[in-house]
Amino acid sequence: MQRRVVITGMGVIAPGGIGTKAFWELLTSGRTATRTISFFDPSPFRSQVAAECDFDPAAHGLTAAQILRMDRAAQFAVVAAAEAVADAGIEPAELDPTRLGTVVGSAVGATTSLEREYVIASDRGRNWLVDNTDTSPHLYDYYVPGSFAAEVAWSVGAEGPAAVVSTGCTSGLDAVAHAVELIREGSADLVVGGATDAPISPITVACFDAIKATTPRNDDPAHASRPFDNSRNGFVLGEGAAMFVLEEYEHARRRGAEIYAEIVGFASRCNAFHMTGLRPDGREMAEAITHALGLARLDPTRIGYVNAHGSGTKQNDRHETAAVKLALRDHAYATPMSSIKSMVGHSLGAIGAIEVAACALAIAENVVPPTANLHEPDPECDLDYVPNEARDRHLDAVLSVGSGFGGFQSAMVLARPEATR
Amino acid sequence: MSTQTAARPRHREPGQARAVVTGIGVLAPTGLNTHDFWQAALAGRSGIGRIERFDPGQYAARLAGEIRDFDPAAHLPERLLPQTDHVTRLSLVAAEQALADAGVDPAALPEYGMSVVTASSAGGFAFGQNELEKLWAKGSDHVSAYQSFAWFYAVNTGQISIRHGMRGPSGVLVTDSAGGLDAVGQARRNLRGGTALAVTGGVDGSLCPWGWIGQLAEGGMSRRDDPARAYLPFDRDADGWVPGEGGAILIVEDAAAAAARGAGRVYGEISGYAATFDPPPGSGRPAGLLRAIRLALADAGRDASEVDVVFADAAGVPALDRAEARTLAQVFGPHAVPVTAPKAATGRLAAGAGSLDIAAALLSLRDGVIPPTPNVTSPAYPDLDLVVGVPRETDPRTALVLARGTHGFNAAVVLTR
Repeated sequence: MQRRVVITGMGVIAPGGIGTKAFWELLTSGRTATRTISFFDPSPFRSQVAAECDFDPAAHGLTAAQILRMDRAAQFAVVAAAEAVADAGIEPAELDPTRLGTVVGSAVGATTSLEREYVIASDRGRNWLVDNTDTSPHLYDYYVPGSFAAEVAWSVGAEGPAAVVSTGCTSGLDAVAHAVELIREGSADLVVGGATDAPISPITVACFDAIKATTPRNDDPAHASRPFDNSRNGFVLGEGAAMFVLEEYEHARRRGAEIYAEIVGFASRCNAFHMTGLRPDGREMAEAITHALGLARLDPTRIGYVNAHGSGTKQNDRHETAAVKLALRDHAYATPMSSIKSMVGHSLGAIGAIEVAACALAIAENVVPPTANLHEPDPECDLDYVPNEARDRHLDAVLSVGSGFGGFQSAMVLARPEATR
Repeated sequence: MSTQTAARPRHREPGQARAVVTGIGVLAPTGLNTHDFWQAALAGRSGIGRIERFDPGQYAARLAGEIRDFDPAAHLPERLLPQTDHVTRLSLVAAEQALADAGVDPAALPEYGMSVVTASSAGGFAFGQNELEKLWAKGSDHVSAYQSFAWFYAVNTGQISIRHGMRGPSGVLVTDSAGGLDAVGQARRNLRGGTALAVTGGVDGSLCPWGWIGQLAEGGMSRRDDPARAYLPFDRDADGWVPGEGGAILIVEDAAAAAARGAGRVYGEISGYAATFDPPPGSGRPAGLLRAIRLALADAGRDASEVDVVFADAAGVPALDRAEARTLAQVFGPHAVPVTAPKAATGRLAAGAGSLDIAAALLSLRDGVIPPTPNVTSPAYPDLDLVVGVPRETDPRTALVLARGTHGFNAAVVLTR
């Protein structure tokens, strides 16, 4: 009998509001949290919009030393982990620390802190300084983002397996899946797992500018993220984190834990095609979806909602639409599929976990979040993308998909625990 | 609260895959292929020297294990050069060596049955430094179209999968210097999930001024200038480690799938693996290395007495050496098993270290000989049977490989012939 893994707690840091409650209110309202970049002067850049978090680490209990030491993404992860642990109703000190694991997904690690320190070390790129006495004493924490897992592990007292999973923009889904694997194989009974990224910095904006992946819709920042709309022209960079308490099902049941959802299937594939390009047929993503459904022992017709990658690039929207049609066949047309990136932007490695949170809440609340800013769909994208308004719908099983640079394609199936077994 | 450290039985599916290593590719400061690396390891020949890639004169540490005679254009198509960092080029070549060694033609195998799992510590850091310089000195228009992926942690997995048409489940782990073992552990999970073959390991390093400052900030590096006296793990004169670049890529296959395709040679089996994390600094609780070893042995179904050689993490920092020596004595008893650290000749290769140690351990099992720990002349720990000076011909059949990463990562792998 395979060990089953359920979500019993969650914490979310997302643009538009800190905490799971604010996140879900934003998603169901259809409002957007994208705006003109405020962290630095964006005027030299092609894309000047982002989905930024209004985050005050001190207000969320981090000490001055923690704030000084941790990259913003690590701060997100630690605060989200604390919310998840409280939400799950567990007292980490009462757990066996050796049976508690930690998994943090991140695509770009401490890139923001690294850039800040680089600017110091190089005198703004003009003159390489001869020693490192001006840079942060915590530079190594930024240099190797394994520190993110360490910070979360320390904060919850975890001594089981710990890792950072970094598979580009599928890091969030893949990190949650890694946590599930650790529990299933018996290496842990609980894992505090999820993903974080805080990439809104000049180098990140510049690197996406260079390949025109982000939107230049600078005159209308609140409506700049427009997945599946005919007028979309790139994604909106975001930031945030979602962390979960993932727990072995019997362990959760014994302590009477409230369960959001069970993770019943996961698969990832590589397109082995191009580091940033996608083939329009969506074949590898479809294969991941089909395999994940197979592991979940669910027929495609059982899927009540698809959480799309939906980044808002033409290439992605068409690729993904094709993939979902390949995998779900006719049922694709009957299944609502939405992109929350229309509201919270694309936070690279974090978004996959944030989307898992959206899926778990969708199951718990029986509500499908919408795709904001969708008024005139791309004629080649002909599925039901849930334009602009959330929808009540009983959900027993949902699918979340992700696609990322490096060719990674991931698919996860979540279900109401009693509905599918 | 229970503080038990005893191994619990692992959940196993019936007919669970056995993971065997059928191919090895090595790029190390001591050799640009498996054969040269191994000959250097047996001879105790060091690849550590004063940094030539950039002028290290101004930094507190000046020695590294550099890969010096590598010509990427001789191995890789021209179009890949502008889009790849040095470590990605090394990774791609190591992967090709490993596939050739295993006799694998990826085009002849099912595309979804092949997986790529690599570990990284800092990605393509030198590439990133160049692009940061362009952005800040010249402006955003000068940033490379390849920056979005050439520096990030997933780059080696992505590029290897593309080059060989491998479309199965892939992965990337960042667990500091434990990554080279964790990647192999993850590859084994993929095999257990039904993948036939995995290309796995770590090839790592950031020998550029910006990466050097990052590594110096860790605080554990030796500041000596004599290449023979800088990285001396378990020595009375230990002064810290010397970083290096390179590592190993392994072909790990489901034993039945390897047999079915007529694989020629099996170096050994990945029969046990475990990872743990240290408690928070100052907690007073024991470090996690001991648990990692015991869990890996239990996972392999082996008793400590069956281990014939240990490839140690060998940090070269006195406090870390002492902790590792004490842990080994706790598991095996005093002076009960030969311990070696050939990495004293290459430097610590970050996420490349663990997989290169697996390669060395497998070659040790193949040839029945344990390579020495070079440069160490005054072993500090009487309970530790450190192999120094010359190789030891003891015909090992089971090896334990250890790796620790900064912040508290621990990993252990058990290999059997």
